[in-house]
Amino acid sequence: MKKFILTLALTLVFAGLFSGAAFAQEPTPSDNEVNAIARQLYCPVCENTPLDVCPTEACRQWRELIRTQLAEGWTEDQIKQYFVENYGARVLAEPPRTGLNWLVYILPPVVILLGAVILFRALRAWTKPVAASAAPGESDAKPAVVQDDYVARLEEELKKRK
Amino acid sequence: MTETTNTAPEPGGKRGVPVWAQIIVWGGLVGLLMLVGITLNKRQQGTVQPGDEIPDFTLPLFSGYEYEGRSEVKLSDFRGKVVVLNFWASWCKPCEQEASEMQEAWALYEDGGQVIFLGADYVDTEPEARAYLKKFGITFHNGPDMGTKISQMFRMQGVPETYFIDQNGVLQYVKVGPFGSVAEITSIINGLLQ
Repeated sequence: MKKFILTLALTLVFAGLFSGAAFAQEPTPSDNEVNAIARQLYCPVCENTPLDVCPTEACRQWRELIRTQLAEGWTEDQIKQYFVENYGARVLAEPPRTGLNWLVYILPPVVILLGAVILFRALRAWTKPVAASAAPGESDAKPAVVQDDYVARLEEELKKRK
Repeated sequence: MTETTNTAPEPGGKRGVPVWAQIIVWGGLVGLLMLVGITLNKRQQGTVQPGDEIPDFTLPLFSGYEYEGRSEVKLSDFRGKVVVLNFWASWCKPCEQEASEMQEAWALYEDGGQVIFLGADYVDTEPEARAYLKKFGITFHNGPDMGTKISQMFRMQGVPETYFIDQNGVLQYVKVGPFGSVAEITSIINGLLQ
């Protein structure tokens, strides 16, 4: 009986060891490695779809192409360069920093900065009291009401018309 | 009566947005609107139209699909001939509908020397493109549209699309979508040969 239990235990241990060693075969390079590059590229056919999530047949072909290139030892930059040469710069998730493309990088921060300056100035102007704009001491010397030449001339003209 | 409360700008004119900032903001806005307008206009233009002279372009050719031993051809190489420029892709199912018809039509004109068929493979991978050409027994000159430069020049809307360019390099006919028969292709070509 002891012998039977020992044999059974050993069988179970070995079965466990060997079954644990069996994994699903991952393609080489793995999907994660392929998708790390694919997500930096966009499908040239269906607009605004990153290559790693694009379900079309064309995208599947391109992902396989990336896998082949990685297996052949291509670097990430070489693969991206290949895609640009073959399918145009529009496949890049980040436009290359050349020519008019610089606008994409420069314009947003400039606009945000400009907006912040304008907002700051406007807020400062709105919160500043009117009396505070007069020079110290002037508030006593001059009244808060002043002569407005334009209004005076306007009223004079109106009187003439009556 | 002539006195009013002081609502005029502060002394020194420091309130409000400075003129330079206004110019930049409005200039930027106008520039942006122009850019959007130009882009929309381009998109709505559609393909190049019959009657347009087609600018010269270079098409690299797949190995085995060369023209007189040359690995690339220019449109200007074919002055005096009718050029049938077919855009296709291996992933494009409608392209398969016309692939055999294109090859059959090419076989009718190949020996005459008055017509040339060019296949421009649009955003494709070479192994799949080669498999496609082999599957449909295509023998006319074919190559990749590198960087989609040629398709952009023609403002192509999708594949398949076929452009018929006359002996003087002027576009005469555009077929959007697949051909239904060989006769449809030959009728257009024969019209240009007359």
